[in-house]
Amino acid sequence: MRAPSGPEIAAGDVLLAVESVSLSFGGVKAISDVSFDIRKGEIRAIIGPNGAGKTSMLNVINGFYHPQKGRITFKGQTRSKMRPHEAAYGGIARTFQNVALFKGMTALDNIMAGRTLKMKRNMFWQLLRAGPALAEEVEHRHAVEEIIDFLKIQEIRRTPVGRLPYGLQKRVELGRALAMEPELLLLDEPMAGMNLEEKEDMSRFVLDVNDHFGTTIALIEHDMGVVMDLSDRVVVLDHGIKIADGTPDVVKKDQAVIDAYLGVAH
Amino acid sequence: MVALGQFLEVLLSGLLAGVLYSLVALGFVLIFKASGVFNFAQGAMVLLAGLALVRSLDLMVAKGLPFWAAVIIGLLFAAAIMAAMAFLVERFVLGPLANQDGLTLFMATIGVTFMIEGGAQMLFGSNVYPLRLYPDDAWFMFENIFEGGILLNKLDVWGGVIAGVLVAGLALFFQWTKTGRALRAVADDHTAAQSVGISLNWIWFVVWLVAGLVALVAATVWGTKLGVQFSITFLALKALPVLIIGGFTSVPGAIVGGLIAGAGEKLAEAYLGPIIGGGIEYWFAYVLALIVLLARPQGLFGERIIERI
Repeated sequence: MRAPSGPEIAAGDVLLAVESVSLSFGGVKAISDVSFDIRKGEIRAIIGPNGAGKTSMLNVINGFYHPQKGRITFKGQTRSKMRPHEAAYGGIARTFQNVALFKGMTALDNIMAGRTLKMKRNMFWQLLRAGPALAEEVEHRHAVEEIIDFLKIQEIRRTPVGRLPYGLQKRVELGRALAMEPELLLLDEPMAGMNLEEKEDMSRFVLDVNDHFGTTIALIEHDMGVVMDLSDRVVVLDHGIKIADGTPDVVKKDQAVIDAYLGVAH
Repeated sequence: MVALGQFLEVLLSGLLAGVLYSLVALGFVLIFKASGVFNFAQGAMVLLAGLALVRSLDLMVAKGLPFWAAVIIGLLFAAAIMAAMAFLVERFVLGPLANQDGLTLFMATIGVTFMIEGGAQMLFGSNVYPLRLYPDDAWFMFENIFEGGILLNKLDVWGGVIAGVLVAGLALFFQWTKTGRALRAVADDHTAAQSVGISLNWIWFVVWLVAGLVALVAATVWGTKLGVQFSITFLALKALPVLIIGGFTSVPGAIVGGLIAGAGEKLAEAYLGPIIGGGIEYWFAYVLALIVLLARPQGLFGERIIERI
Protein backbone atom coordinates (compact mmCIF):
# COMPACT_ATOMS: atom_id res chain seq x y z
CA MET A 1 0.00 0.00 0.00
CA ARG A 2 1.07 3.51 -0.77
CA ALA A 3 2.07 5.72 2.11
CA PRO A 4 -0.63 8.34 2.56
CA SER A 5 0.71 11.70 1.45
CA GLY A 6 -0.28 14.68 3.53
CA PRO A 7 -3.12 14.50 6.01
CA GLU A 8 -5.21 11.34 6.21
CA ILE A 9 -8.32 11.63 4.06
CA ALA A 10 -11.31 12.40 6.19
CA ALA A 11 -13.97 9.74 5.97
CA GLY A 12 -16.70 12.34 5.66
CA ASP A 13 -15.49 13.89 2.41
CA VAL A 14 -17.39 11.74 -0.05
CA LEU A 15 -17.13 12.95 -3.64
CA LEU A 16 -19.22 10.24 -5.23
CA ALA A 17 -21.57 7.73 -3.64
CA VAL A 18 -23.07 4.76 -5.44
CA GLU A 19 -26.07 3.33 -3.60
CA SER A 20 -27.68 -0.03 -4.37
CA VAL A 21 -27.15 0.30 -8.09
CA SER A 22 -28.51 -2.48 -10.31
CA LEU A 23 -28.05 -2.63 -14.05
CA SER A 24 -29.20 -5.26 -16.50
CA PHE A 25 -29.25 -5.67 -20.25
CA GLY A 26 -32.40 -7.52 -21.15
CA GLY A 27 -32.26 -10.54 -18.85
CA VAL A 28 -28.54 -10.34 -18.15
CA LYS A 29 -27.62 -8.77 -14.84
CA ALA A 30 -24.43 -6.75 -15.15
CA ILE A 31 -24.51 -5.14 -11.70
CA SER A 32 -26.66 -6.19 -8.74
CA ASP A 33 -27.24 -3.96 -5.76
CA VAL A 34 -23.73 -2.48 -5.52
CA SER A 35 -22.91 0.35 -3.11
CA PHE A 36 -19.60 2.08 -2.49
CA ASP A 37 -18.20 5.57 -2.26
CA ILE A 38 -15.24 7.51 -3.53
CA ARG A 39 -13.68 10.04 -1.20
CA LYS A 40 -12.24 13.34 -2.23
CA GLY A 41 -8.55 13.08 -3.15
CA GLU A 42 -8.18 9.31 -3.00
CA ILE A 43 -7.19 6.74 -5.57
CA ARG A 44 -9.91 4.14 -5.60
CA ALA A 45 -9.38 0.89 -7.46
CA ILE A 46 -12.19 -1.25 -8.84
CA ILE A 47 -11.02 -4.81 -9.43
CA GLY A 48 -12.52 -8.17 -10.20
CA PRO A 49 -12.28 -11.05 -12.67
CA ASN A 50 -13.37 -10.61 -16.32
CA GLY A 51 -17.08 -9.92 -16.64
CA ALA A 52 -17.38 -8.71 -13.06
CA GLY A 53 -19.12 -5.50 -14.13
CA LYS A 54 -16.23 -3.08 -13.63
CA THR A 55 -16.50 -1.22 -16.92
CA SER A 56 -20.29 -1.21 -16.63
CA MET A 57 -19.82 0.51 -13.28
CA LEU A 58 -17.69 3.26 -14.86
CA ASN A 59 -20.26 3.62 -17.64
CA VAL A 60 -22.95 4.09 -15.01
CA ILE A 61 -20.88 6.71 -13.19
CA ASN A 62 -20.32 8.86 -16.27
CA GLY A 63 -23.76 8.41 -17.74
CA PHE A 64 -23.24 6.03 -20.67
CA TYR A 65 -25.53 3.51 -18.96
CA HIS A 66 -28.57 4.28 -16.86
CA PRO A 67 -29.09 1.86 -13.99
CA GLN A 68 -32.60 0.45 -13.46
CA LYS A 69 -32.29 0.80 -9.70
CA GLY A 70 -30.21 2.75 -7.22
CA ARG A 71 -28.90 6.26 -6.75
CA ILE A 72 -25.71 8.07 -7.58
CA THR A 73 -24.69 11.15 -5.64
CA PHE A 74 -21.91 13.29 -7.04
CA LYS A 75 -20.71 16.39 -5.18
CA GLY A 76 -23.74 16.16 -2.90
CA GLN A 77 -26.21 16.09 -5.78
CA THR A 78 -28.28 13.00 -6.39
CA ARG A 79 -29.10 12.48 -9.99
CA SER A 80 -31.48 10.22 -11.81
CA LYS A 81 -30.55 10.18 -15.46
CA MET A 82 -27.42 11.96 -16.58
CA ARG A 83 -26.05 11.91 -20.08
CA PRO A 84 -22.30 11.62 -20.70
CA HIS A 85 -21.77 15.21 -21.76
CA GLU A 86 -23.55 16.37 -18.64
CA ALA A 87 -21.26 14.23 -16.52
CA ALA A 88 -18.33 15.87 -18.30
CA TYR A 89 -19.82 19.25 -17.51
CA GLY A 90 -20.07 18.28 -13.85
CA GLY A 91 -16.35 17.43 -13.72
CA ILE A 92 -16.07 13.73 -14.55
CA ALA A 93 -13.45 12.75 -17.14
CA ARG A 94 -12.49 9.30 -18.28
CA THR A 95 -10.33 7.09 -20.43
CA PHE A 96 -11.42 3.89 -22.13
CA GLN A 97 -10.39 0.26 -22.07
CA ASN A 98 -9.88 0.22 -25.84
CA VAL A 99 -8.34 3.63 -26.42
CA ALA A 100 -11.01 6.01 -27.71
CA LEU A 101 -9.14 8.84 -29.40
CA PHE A 102 -9.97 11.06 -32.35
CA LYS A 103 -7.71 9.09 -34.66
CA GLY A 104 -7.57 11.54 -37.54
CA MET A 105 -6.61 14.47 -35.32
CA THR A 106 -3.16 15.31 -33.97
CA ALA A 107 -2.19 14.64 -30.37
CA LEU A 108 -2.42 18.38 -29.76
CA ASP A 109 -5.94 18.63 -31.24
CA ASN A 110 -7.04 15.61 -29.23
CA ILE A 111 -5.96 17.23 -26.00
CA MET A 112 -7.41 20.58 -27.09
CA ALA A 113 -10.73 18.77 -27.59
CA GLY A 114 -10.65 18.16 -23.84
CA ARG A 115 -10.94 21.95 -23.42
CA THR A 116 -14.18 22.11 -25.44
CA LEU A 117 -16.34 22.89 -22.44
CA LYS A 118 -14.03 25.64 -21.29
CA MET A 119 -14.21 27.64 -24.51
CA LYS A 120 -16.78 30.38 -24.29
CA ARG A 121 -16.08 32.91 -27.05
CA ASN A 122 -18.55 33.26 -29.84
CA MET A 123 -18.14 31.58 -33.17
CA PHE A 124 -17.68 34.78 -35.16
CA TRP A 125 -14.43 35.64 -33.38
CA GLN A 126 -13.32 32.02 -33.51
CA LEU A 127 -13.84 31.96 -37.27
CA LEU A 128 -11.57 34.98 -37.67
CA ARG A 129 -9.29 33.74 -34.91
CA ALA A 130 -9.09 37.31 -33.68
CA GLY A 131 -10.02 39.48 -30.72
CA PRO A 132 -11.17 37.70 -27.57
CA ALA A 133 -11.21 34.29 -29.25
CA LEU A 134 -7.50 34.55 -30.08
CA ALA A 135 -6.67 35.36 -26.46
CA GLU A 136 -8.81 32.44 -25.33
CA GLU A 137 -7.20 30.03 -27.80
CA VAL A 138 -3.73 31.07 -26.61
CA GLU A 139 -4.71 30.65 -22.98
CA HIS A 140 -5.97 27.13 -23.61
CA ARG A 141 -2.91 26.31 -25.67
CA HIS A 142 -0.80 27.19 -22.62
CA ALA A 143 -2.77 24.85 -20.40
CA VAL A 144 -2.51 22.09 -23.00
CA GLU A 145 1.23 22.60 -23.47
CA GLU A 146 1.67 22.17 -19.71
CA ILE A 147 -0.12 18.84 -19.91
CA ILE A 148 2.02 17.84 -22.89
CA ASP A 149 5.17 18.66 -20.89
CA PHE A 150 3.84 16.81 -17.88
CA LEU A 151 3.20 13.65 -19.91
CA LYS A 152 6.48 14.03 -21.83
CA ILE A 153 4.89 13.81 -25.27
CA GLN A 154 6.37 16.99 -26.77
CA GLU A 155 7.81 15.26 -29.85
CA ILE A 156 4.52 13.77 -30.97
CA ARG A 157 2.21 16.72 -30.60
CA ARG A 158 1.80 17.18 -34.37
CA THR A 159 1.40 13.46 -35.14
CA PRO A 160 -2.06 12.11 -35.97
CA VAL A 161 -2.74 9.79 -33.05
CA GLY A 162 -3.79 6.90 -35.26
CA ARG A 163 -0.11 6.48 -36.15
CA LEU A 164 1.20 6.40 -32.58
CA PRO A 165 2.11 3.22 -30.75
CA TYR A 166 -0.41 1.96 -28.23
CA GLY A 167 1.42 3.13 -25.10
CA LEU A 168 1.62 6.69 -26.38
CA GLN A 169 -2.03 6.64 -27.43
CA LYS A 170 -2.95 5.78 -23.87
CA ARG A 171 -0.86 8.72 -22.71
CA VAL A 172 -2.58 11.12 -25.12
CA GLU A 173 -5.93 9.84 -23.93
CA LEU A 174 -4.92 10.57 -20.34
CA GLY A 175 -3.83 14.03 -21.49
CA ARG A 176 -7.22 14.69 -23.03
CA ALA A 177 -8.94 13.70 -19.79
CA LEU A 178 -6.58 15.92 -17.78
CA ALA A 179 -7.27 18.87 -20.09
CA MET A 180 -10.82 18.85 -18.74
CA GLU A 181 -9.39 19.61 -15.26
CA PRO A 182 -11.77 17.03 -13.81
CA GLU A 183 -12.65 16.55 -10.18
CA LEU A 184 -13.11 12.85 -10.73
CA LEU A 185 -10.98 10.95 -13.21
CA LEU A 186 -12.10 7.48 -14.29
CA LEU A 187 -9.36 5.28 -15.76
CA ASP A 188 -10.41 2.04 -17.41
CA GLU A 189 -7.37 -0.27 -17.45
CA PRO A 190 -4.81 2.50 -18.06
CA MET A 191 -1.97 -0.04 -18.18
CA ALA A 192 -3.55 -2.80 -20.22
CA GLY A 193 -1.26 -4.12 -22.93
CA MET A 194 1.77 -2.18 -21.71
CA ASN A 195 5.25 -3.46 -21.02
CA LEU A 196 6.86 -3.10 -17.60
CA GLU A 197 8.57 0.20 -18.36
CA GLU A 198 5.42 1.77 -19.80
CA LYS A 199 3.46 0.56 -16.78
CA GLU A 200 5.92 2.23 -14.44
CA ASP A 201 5.67 5.48 -16.41
CA MET A 202 1.89 5.38 -16.35
CA SER A 203 1.83 4.57 -12.61
CA ARG A 204 4.00 7.59 -11.99
CA PHE A 205 1.68 9.81 -14.03
CA VAL A 206 -1.35 8.57 -12.11
CA LEU A 207 0.32 9.24 -8.76
CA ASP A 208 1.54 12.67 -9.91
CA VAL A 209 -1.92 13.67 -11.12
CA ASN A 210 -3.31 12.66 -7.76
CA ASP A 211 -0.58 14.45 -5.79
CA HIS A 212 -0.11 17.64 -7.79
CA PHE A 213 -3.64 18.40 -8.95
CA GLY A 214 -5.44 16.68 -6.08
CA THR A 215 -7.60 14.88 -8.63
CA THR A 216 -9.71 12.05 -7.26
CA ILE A 217 -9.14 8.92 -9.32
CA ALA A 218 -11.13 5.73 -9.79
CA LEU A 219 -9.29 3.11 -11.77
CA ILE A 220 -9.88 -0.38 -13.07
CA GLU A 221 -6.75 -2.48 -13.33
CA HIS A 222 -5.87 -6.13 -13.65
CA ASP A 223 -2.24 -5.95 -12.56
CA MET A 224 -2.51 -6.61 -8.80
CA GLY A 225 0.96 -5.23 -8.13
CA VAL A 226 -0.06 -1.90 -9.65
CA VAL A 227 -3.37 -1.87 -7.80
CA MET A 228 -1.76 -2.55 -4.43
CA ASP A 229 0.92 0.09 -5.02
CA LEU A 230 -1.33 2.87 -6.25
CA SER A 231 -4.63 2.70 -4.51
CA ASP A 232 -5.85 3.95 -1.17
CA ARG A 233 -8.91 1.73 -1.15
CA VAL A 234 -10.14 -1.13 -3.30
CA VAL A 235 -13.62 -2.36 -4.14
CA VAL A 236 -13.89 -5.88 -5.52
CA LEU A 237 -16.70 -6.98 -7.85
CA ASP A 238 -17.49 -10.50 -8.99
CA HIS A 239 -20.40 -11.37 -11.30
CA GLY A 240 -21.87 -7.93 -10.69
CA ILE A 241 -21.87 -8.28 -6.91
CA LYS A 242 -19.60 -6.44 -4.47
CA ILE A 243 -17.60 -9.03 -2.54
CA ALA A 244 -15.09 -6.86 -0.70
CA ASP A 245 -14.25 -3.24 0.03
CA GLY A 246 -11.33 -1.79 1.98
CA THR A 247 -7.62 -0.99 2.00
CA PRO A 248 -5.40 -3.09 -0.28
CA ASP A 249 -4.02 -5.03 2.70
CA VAL A 250 -7.45 -6.02 3.94
CA VAL A 251 -8.76 -6.91 0.48
CA LYS A 252 -5.69 -8.99 -0.34
CA LYS A 253 -6.37 -11.31 2.58
CA ASP A 254 -10.13 -11.53 2.09
CA GLN A 255 -11.21 -15.15 1.49
CA ALA A 256 -14.05 -14.23 -0.91
CA VAL A 257 -11.57 -12.29 -3.06
CA ILE A 258 -9.07 -15.13 -3.14
CA ASP A 259 -11.87 -17.55 -4.09
CA ALA A 260 -13.12 -15.26 -6.84
CA TYR A 261 -9.70 -14.99 -8.43
CA LEU A 262 -8.46 -18.52 -7.97
CA GLY A 263 -11.76 -20.32 -8.23
CA VAL A 264 -13.15 -22.45 -5.43
CA ALA A 265 -13.88 -26.16 -5.23
CA HIS A 266 -17.62 -26.81 -5.09
CA MET B 1 -5.77 27.58 -82.23
CA VAL B 2 -9.47 27.09 -82.84
CA ALA B 3 -9.23 23.51 -81.62
CA LEU B 4 -7.41 24.59 -78.46
CA GLY B 5 -9.91 27.38 -77.88
CA GLN B 6 -12.78 24.96 -78.24
CA PHE B 7 -11.13 22.46 -75.92
CA LEU B 8 -10.59 25.12 -73.24
CA GLU B 9 -14.15 26.30 -73.60
CA VAL B 10 -15.53 22.82 -73.08
CA LEU B 11 -13.14 22.12 -70.24
CA LEU B 12 -13.87 25.37 -68.38
CA SER B 13 -17.62 25.10 -68.72
CA GLY B 14 -17.35 21.47 -67.57
CA LEU B 15 -15.28 22.40 -64.52
CA LEU B 16 -17.71 25.14 -63.58
CA ALA B 17 -20.70 22.85 -64.02
CA GLY B 18 -18.85 20.38 -61.83
CA VAL B 19 -18.50 22.94 -59.06
CA LEU B 20 -22.26 23.23 -59.02
CA TYR B 21 -22.54 19.46 -58.48
CA SER B 22 -20.00 19.84 -55.69
CA LEU B 23 -22.27 22.32 -53.95
CA VAL B 24 -24.87 19.60 -53.57
CA ALA B 25 -22.33 16.87 -52.78
CA LEU B 26 -20.88 18.96 -49.93
CA GLY B 27 -24.09 18.65 -47.96
CA PHE B 28 -23.90 14.86 -48.19
CA VAL B 29 -20.28 14.81 -47.06
CA LEU B 30 -20.91 16.98 -44.00
CA ILE B 31 -23.63 14.73 -42.64
CA PHE B 32 -21.90 11.48 -43.61
CA LYS B 33 -18.65 12.54 -41.92
CA ALA B 34 -20.20 13.53 -38.63
CA SER B 35 -22.83 10.84 -38.22
CA GLY B 36 -22.14 8.10 -40.75
CA VAL B 37 -25.59 8.69 -42.22
CA PHE B 38 -26.05 8.81 -45.97
CA ASN B 39 -28.58 11.61 -46.14
CA PHE B 40 -30.93 10.86 -48.98
CA ALA B 41 -32.82 14.09 -48.20
CA GLN B 42 -30.09 16.48 -49.37
CA GLY B 43 -31.83 17.09 -52.72
CA ALA B 44 -35.13 17.73 -50.98
CA MET B 45 -33.35 20.19 -48.67
CA VAL B 46 -32.19 22.17 -51.72
CA LEU B 47 -35.82 22.33 -52.87
CA LEU B 48 -37.04 23.45 -49.45
CA ALA B 49 -34.37 26.15 -49.16
CA GLY B 50 -35.02 27.36 -52.71
CA LEU B 51 -38.79 27.53 -52.25
CA ALA B 52 -38.52 29.34 -48.91
CA LEU B 53 -36.17 31.88 -50.51
CA VAL B 54 -37.96 32.52 -53.76
CA ARG B 55 -41.47 32.68 -52.31
CA SER B 56 -40.59 35.10 -49.51
CA LEU B 57 -38.55 37.13 -51.98
CA ASP B 58 -41.43 37.42 -54.44
CA LEU B 59 -43.84 38.33 -51.66
CA MET B 60 -41.64 41.15 -50.38
CA VAL B 61 -40.90 42.51 -53.84
CA ALA B 62 -44.64 42.51 -54.54
CA LYS B 63 -45.12 44.50 -51.34
CA GLY B 64 -42.73 47.12 -52.69
CA LEU B 65 -39.51 46.39 -50.81
CA PRO B 66 -36.29 47.18 -52.67
CA PHE B 67 -34.76 44.07 -54.25
CA TRP B 68 -31.57 44.01 -52.15
CA ALA B 69 -33.52 44.23 -48.87
CA ALA B 70 -35.88 41.50 -50.04
CA VAL B 71 -32.89 39.27 -50.87
CA ILE B 72 -31.34 39.71 -47.43
CA ILE B 73 -34.60 39.09 -45.58
CA GLY B 74 -35.42 36.18 -47.89
CA LEU B 75 -32.03 34.55 -47.19
CA LEU B 76 -32.50 34.98 -43.45
CA PHE B 77 -36.00 33.56 -43.65
CA ALA B 78 -34.80 30.54 -45.64
CA ALA B 79 -31.93 30.02 -43.15
CA ALA B 80 -34.46 30.06 -40.31
CA ILE B 81 -36.56 27.46 -42.16
CA MET B 82 -33.46 25.25 -42.54
CA ALA B 83 -32.73 25.63 -38.81
CA ALA B 84 -36.31 24.58 -37.99
CA MET B 85 -35.92 21.59 -40.30
CA ALA B 86 -32.62 20.60 -38.64
CA PHE B 87 -34.24 20.85 -35.21
CA LEU B 88 -37.23 18.72 -36.19
CA VAL B 89 -35.12 16.06 -37.90
CA GLU B 90 -32.81 15.76 -34.89
CA ARG B 91 -35.65 15.81 -32.38
CA PHE B 92 -38.05 13.38 -34.03
CA VAL B 93 -35.99 11.21 -36.37
CA LEU B 94 -32.29 10.95 -35.56
CA GLY B 95 -32.48 11.47 -31.80
CA PRO B 96 -34.86 8.53 -31.19
CA LEU B 97 -32.89 6.39 -33.67
CA ALA B 98 -29.48 7.04 -32.06
CA ASN B 99 -27.11 4.05 -32.16
CA GLN B 100 -29.18 2.26 -34.78
CA ASP B 101 -27.70 0.58 -37.81
CA GLY B 102 -26.53 2.77 -40.70
CA LEU B 103 -29.07 1.19 -43.04
CA THR B 104 -31.92 2.02 -40.63
CA LEU B 105 -30.83 5.64 -40.54
CA PHE B 106 -30.54 5.71 -44.33
CA MET B 107 -34.12 4.44 -44.64
CA ALA B 108 -35.20 7.09 -42.14
CA THR B 109 -33.69 9.82 -44.33
CA ILE B 110 -35.72 8.49 -47.27
CA GLY B 111 -38.79 9.06 -45.12
CA VAL B 112 -37.49 12.52 -44.26
CA THR B 113 -37.11 13.19 -48.00
CA PHE B 114 -40.82 12.66 -48.62
CA MET B 115 -41.76 14.73 -45.57
CA ILE B 116 -39.59 17.64 -46.71
CA GLU B 117 -40.74 17.44 -50.34
CA GLY B 118 -44.38 17.30 -49.33
CA GLY B 119 -44.07 19.89 -46.59
CA ALA B 120 -42.12 22.33 -48.76
CA GLN B 121 -44.64 22.21 -51.59
CA MET B 122 -47.57 22.41 -49.19
CA LEU B 123 -46.16 25.52 -47.53
CA PHE B 124 -44.71 27.31 -50.53
CA GLY B 125 -46.47 25.96 -53.61
CA SER B 126 -45.50 23.55 -56.35
CA ASN B 127 -45.04 25.62 -59.51
CA VAL B 128 -41.82 26.64 -61.22
CA TYR B 129 -40.60 29.86 -59.63
CA PRO B 130 -37.91 31.80 -61.46
CA LEU B 131 -35.11 33.20 -59.33
CA ARG B 132 -32.80 35.97 -60.52
CA LEU B 133 -29.96 36.37 -58.08
CA TYR B 134 -26.99 36.24 -60.44
CA PRO B 135 -26.45 37.44 -64.00
CA ASP B 136 -26.75 34.52 -66.39
CA ASP B 137 -25.77 36.03 -69.69
CA ALA B 138 -22.89 34.81 -71.82
CA TRP B 139 -19.39 36.09 -71.33
CA PHE B 140 -16.63 35.98 -73.94
CA MET B 141 -13.09 35.74 -72.62
CA PHE B 142 -9.65 35.87 -74.29
CA GLU B 143 -11.08 37.27 -77.48
CA ASN B 144 -7.64 38.59 -78.45
CA ILE B 145 -6.05 35.15 -78.16
CA PHE B 146 -8.69 32.85 -79.58
CA GLU B 147 -10.87 33.60 -82.53
CA GLY B 148 -14.32 34.27 -81.16
CA GLY B 149 -13.02 33.97 -77.61
CA ILE B 150 -14.08 31.43 -75.00
CA LEU B 151 -17.76 31.43 -74.20
CA LEU B 152 -18.65 31.11 -70.55
CA ASN B 153 -21.89 31.54 -68.68
CA LYS B 154 -21.57 34.24 -66.02
CA LEU B 155 -23.82 32.27 -63.70
CA ASP B 156 -21.41 29.34 -63.77
CA VAL B 157 -18.53 31.66 -62.90
CA TRP B 158 -20.53 33.05 -60.01
CA GLY B 159 -21.24 29.49 -58.88
CA GLY B 160 -17.52 28.77 -58.86
CA VAL B 161 -16.74 31.89 -56.81
CA ILE B 162 -19.49 31.11 -54.31
CA ALA B 163 -18.39 27.49 -53.96
CA GLY B 164 -14.85 28.70 -53.29
CA VAL B 165 -15.99 31.10 -50.57
CA LEU B 166 -18.21 28.41 -49.06
CA VAL B 167 -15.42 25.84 -48.91
CA ALA B 168 -13.01 28.35 -47.39
CA GLY B 169 -15.62 29.25 -44.80
CA LEU B 170 -16.26 25.61 -43.97
CA ALA B 171 -12.53 24.95 -43.66
CA LEU B 172 -12.14 27.81 -41.17
CA PHE B 173 -15.22 26.63 -39.28
CA PHE B 174 -13.88 23.08 -38.97
CA GLN B 175 -10.31 24.09 -38.09
CA TRP B 176 -10.75 27.06 -35.80
CA THR B 177 -14.06 27.04 -34.00
CA LYS B 178 -14.92 25.04 -30.94
CA THR B 179 -17.99 23.61 -32.66
CA GLY B 180 -15.93 22.68 -35.71
CA ARG B 181 -13.43 20.85 -33.54
CA ALA B 182 -16.30 19.11 -31.78
CA LEU B 183 -17.70 18.06 -35.17
CA ARG B 184 -14.39 16.53 -36.18
CA ALA B 185 -14.24 14.79 -32.81
CA VAL B 186 -17.70 13.29 -33.25
CA ALA B 187 -16.81 12.15 -36.76
CA ASP B 188 -13.85 10.21 -35.33
CA ASP B 189 -15.36 8.66 -32.20
CA HIS B 190 -18.83 9.16 -30.73
CA THR B 191 -18.06 7.71 -27.31
CA ALA B 192 -14.89 9.69 -26.77
CA ALA B 193 -16.60 12.87 -27.96
CA GLN B 194 -19.34 12.45 -25.38
CA SER B 195 -16.78 11.84 -22.65
CA VAL B 196 -15.19 15.25 -23.20
CA GLY B 197 -18.55 16.94 -22.89
CA ILE B 198 -19.81 17.12 -26.46
CA SER B 199 -23.55 16.59 -26.76
CA LEU B 200 -24.38 14.37 -29.71
CA ASN B 201 -27.86 15.83 -30.06
CA TRP B 202 -26.41 19.33 -30.35
CA ILE B 203 -23.81 18.21 -32.88
CA TRP B 204 -26.40 16.50 -35.04
CA PHE B 205 -28.51 19.62 -35.02
CA VAL B 206 -25.47 21.69 -36.04
CA VAL B 207 -24.52 19.26 -38.80
CA TRP B 208 -28.00 19.27 -40.30
CA LEU B 209 -28.14 23.02 -39.99
CA VAL B 210 -24.81 23.44 -41.80
CA ALA B 211 -25.93 20.95 -44.47
CA GLY B 212 -29.17 22.96 -44.72
CA LEU B 213 -27.26 26.21 -45.22
CA VAL B 214 -25.09 24.56 -47.86
CA ALA B 215 -28.35 23.46 -49.52
CA LEU B 216 -29.51 27.09 -49.40
CA VAL B 217 -26.34 28.25 -51.16
CA ALA B 218 -26.79 25.50 -53.76
CA ALA B 219 -30.42 26.57 -54.17
CA THR B 220 -29.48 30.18 -54.98
CA VAL B 221 -27.26 29.00 -57.86
CA TRP B 222 -29.37 26.11 -59.13
CA GLY B 223 -32.58 28.09 -58.67
CA THR B 224 -31.18 30.84 -60.90
CA LYS B 225 -30.09 28.23 -63.44
CA LEU B 226 -33.22 26.07 -63.62
CA GLY B 227 -35.88 27.98 -61.72
CA VAL B 228 -36.96 26.67 -58.33
CA GLN B 229 -39.02 23.58 -59.06
CA PHE B 230 -39.52 20.03 -57.94
CA SER B 231 -36.99 18.54 -60.37
CA ILE B 232 -34.25 20.28 -58.35
CA THR B 233 -34.48 17.33 -55.94
CA PHE B 234 -32.95 15.10 -58.62
CA LEU B 235 -29.69 16.99 -58.07
CA ALA B 236 -29.11 14.39 -55.39
CA LEU B 237 -28.66 11.85 -58.18
CA LYS B 238 -26.10 14.09 -59.89
CA ALA B 239 -24.19 14.38 -56.62
CA LEU B 240 -23.92 10.61 -56.24
CA PRO B 241 -21.13 9.99 -58.80
CA VAL B 242 -19.34 13.07 -57.41
CA LEU B 243 -19.37 11.47 -53.96
CA ILE B 244 -18.17 8.12 -55.26
CA ILE B 245 -15.31 9.74 -57.16
CA GLY B 246 -14.24 12.06 -54.36
CA GLY B 247 -14.99 9.87 -51.38
CA PHE B 248 -17.89 10.19 -48.94
CA THR B 249 -15.83 11.60 -46.09
CA SER B 250 -13.81 14.35 -47.70
CA VAL B 251 -14.74 18.00 -48.27
CA PRO B 252 -11.89 18.54 -50.76
CA GLY B 253 -12.99 15.24 -52.31
CA ALA B 254 -16.45 16.65 -53.01
CA ILE B 255 -14.89 19.57 -54.86
CA VAL B 256 -12.36 17.54 -56.85
CA GLY B 257 -15.00 14.86 -57.54
CA GLY B 258 -17.32 17.54 -58.88
CA LEU B 259 -14.60 18.98 -61.11
CA ILE B 260 -13.77 15.55 -62.53
CA ALA B 261 -17.40 14.61 -63.08
CA GLY B 262 -18.26 17.97 -64.66
CA ALA B 263 -15.21 18.18 -66.93
CA GLY B 264 -15.49 14.49 -67.80
CA GLU B 265 -19.07 14.64 -68.96
CA LYS B 266 -18.66 17.82 -71.01
CA LEU B 267 -15.47 16.61 -72.69
CA ALA B 268 -17.09 13.24 -73.42
CA GLU B 269 -20.10 14.96 -74.92
CA ALA B 270 -17.95 17.18 -77.12
CA TYR B 271 -15.40 14.63 -78.29
CA LEU B 272 -17.01 11.21 -77.90
CA GLY B 273 -20.52 12.38 -78.72
CA PRO B 274 -20.00 12.68 -82.49
CA ILE B 275 -18.60 9.13 -82.55
CA ILE B 276 -20.96 7.14 -80.34
CA GLY B 277 -23.97 9.39 -80.28
CA GLY B 278 -25.12 12.37 -78.23
CA GLY B 279 -26.50 12.60 -74.72
CA ILE B 280 -23.37 11.12 -73.17
CA GLU B 281 -23.18 13.86 -70.55
CA TYR B 282 -26.23 12.45 -68.80
CA TRP B 283 -24.55 9.20 -67.89
CA PHE B 284 -20.81 9.68 -68.32
CA ALA B 285 -20.26 10.73 -64.68
CA TYR B 286 -21.69 7.40 -63.56
CA VAL B 287 -19.21 5.56 -65.78
CA LEU B 288 -16.38 7.53 -64.17
CA ALA B 289 -17.79 6.65 -60.76
CA LEU B 290 -17.87 2.99 -61.71
CA ILE B 291 -14.23 3.08 -62.78
CA VAL B 292 -13.26 4.72 -59.48
CA LEU B 293 -15.29 2.12 -57.58
CA LEU B 294 -13.36 -0.68 -59.26
CA ALA B 295 -9.96 0.89 -58.71
CA ARG B 296 -10.37 2.68 -55.41
CA PRO B 297 -13.63 1.85 -53.61
CA GLN B 298 -13.18 4.50 -50.92
CA GLY B 299 -12.95 7.29 -53.52
CA LEU B 300 -9.95 9.42 -54.36
CA PHE B 301 -9.91 11.22 -51.00
CA GLY B 302 -11.85 8.84 -48.80
CA GLU B 303 -10.48 7.10 -45.77
CA ARG B 304 -8.98 3.72 -46.50
CA ILE B 305 -11.06 1.02 -44.92
CA ILE B 306 -8.91 -1.69 -43.42
CA GLU B 307 -10.77 -4.67 -42.05
CA ARG B 308 -9.10 -6.52 -39.24
CA ILE B 309 -9.73 -10.20 -39.11
